[in-house]
Amino acid sequence: MKIVVIKYNAGNIRSVCNALKRLGYEAEITDDVEKIKAADKVIFPGVGEASTTMKYLRESGLDKVIVSLKQPVLGICLGMQLMCKFSEEGNVDCLGIFDVPVKRFQLPAQNVDNLKIPQMGWNTITSVKSPLYNAQLENQYVYFVHSYYVPLCDYTAATTNYTISYSSSLHRDNFYATQFHPEKSGSVGEQILKNFLEL
Amino acid sequence: MLAKRIIPCLDIRDGKTVKGINFVNIKEVGDPVELGAWYAEQGADELVFLDITASHEGRKTFADLVGRIAENINIPFTVGGGISELKDAGVLLNAGADKISINSSAVRNPQLIDDMAKNFGSQFVVAAIDARCDENGEWIVTVNGGRIPTEKRLFTWAKEAEERGAGEILFTSMNHDGVKQGFANEALAQLSEMLSIPVIASGGAGSMEHFKDVFTLGKADAGLAASIFHYKEIAIPDLKAYLRQNGITVR
Repeated sequence: MKIVVIKYNAGNIRSVCNALKRLGYEAEITDDVEKIKAADKVIFPGVGEASTTMKYLRESGLDKVIVSLKQPVLGICLGMQLMCKFSEEGNVDCLGIFDVPVKRFQLPAQNVDNLKIPQMGWNTITSVKSPLYNAQLENQYVYFVHSYYVPLCDYTAATTNYTISYSSSLHRDNFYATQFHPEKSGSVGEQILKNFLEL
Repeated sequence: MLAKRIIPCLDIRDGKTVKGINFVNIKEVGDPVELGAWYAEQGADELVFLDITASHEGRKTFADLVGRIAENINIPFTVGGGISELKDAGVLLNAGADKISINSSAVRNPQLIDDMAKNFGSQFVVAAIDARCDENGEWIVTVNGGRIPTEKRLFTWAKEAEERGAGEILFTSMNHDGVKQGFANEALAQLSEMLSIPVIASGGAGSMEHFKDVFTLGKADAGLAASIFHYKEIAIPDLKAYLRQNGITVR
């Protein structure tokens, strides 16, 4: 099986490869369009800022490539947000695979739980659906770092609560996405990655 | 609900784990990669690896070790110690670190926080602050492992670090560190309320109750400790069960 991790100006791509390696899979980090198109599985990771990253994807032509992919694609964190229609981070039009906007967390006026932005740490995923999840993953903890979120929508594949209930995972056709970092979410994250690789 | 985090801190010298009592009388405890993987299995939520020799011996960062840690550990980890330039941080990012912590170098050159946040994102930058409360109740920021007091004060410096783009504050009370009598909860609560970024509490953990207190009284987002975990005085699964019984959300 050929797995590619899309290379672009984002941080810590190596973490994803390390996680795959622990599962016994080798992945290639590449921005080569032909290699991406020919892969069996494509991972679109991401740590960074939405508008500068979108600009990079457009200039490199990767935006059109990602949208056209037919094999299973997994967007992670910023990767998931960029697969949406629009992001409030830098007010930028994104790839539009999921017809839903990305919004910034707002702290409640009475912040009794002393919530912070970004959400940083471990939170649970509930109402999990899509082939990415098996029933045992319901209510398990996964690792998040983000200031922007995707509201609940038709594509929601997992729900998490932080200031509000939002989409911690999305699914449409061959496109899968997680707001959390499966590559950093211990054995739970490894199971989710394994499920993706076995699609 | 977002869980409170338990973070073992591994002090590293010459590639080996150590823990100092008030940063002196260092003893060897083990291999960082092995110990880190063991903690991850035990339920640690994150790990911090601090190269404690770096700042005063001018030793450069430990990228090779970081690479091995990243290959073997499936939870997030922060590395710190002796990071004084943007390129040091870039090397550690490429080696697989999730976050870096900067301490003395940020006090000397606050612009470093802006530069790192701009280049790598705020989520990558932990501003570590070692402070000591003087006899007048004033929290003095110190550098070089607590040895040198500075002109900076804890609360104003923490706020400045946040404004410059730090993603988290790791506050160590030098009065409490190594003493095992509990965390500096009053100062921590004040920090947590004035900042909009997470606060990691460090210094003073001696019992499970101290962790309960740091999350309730101290309003911390995460609690960090070293020796009580390394010497197995507290096992992480027991600690989490205890916190859960006391109504605190943990993983």
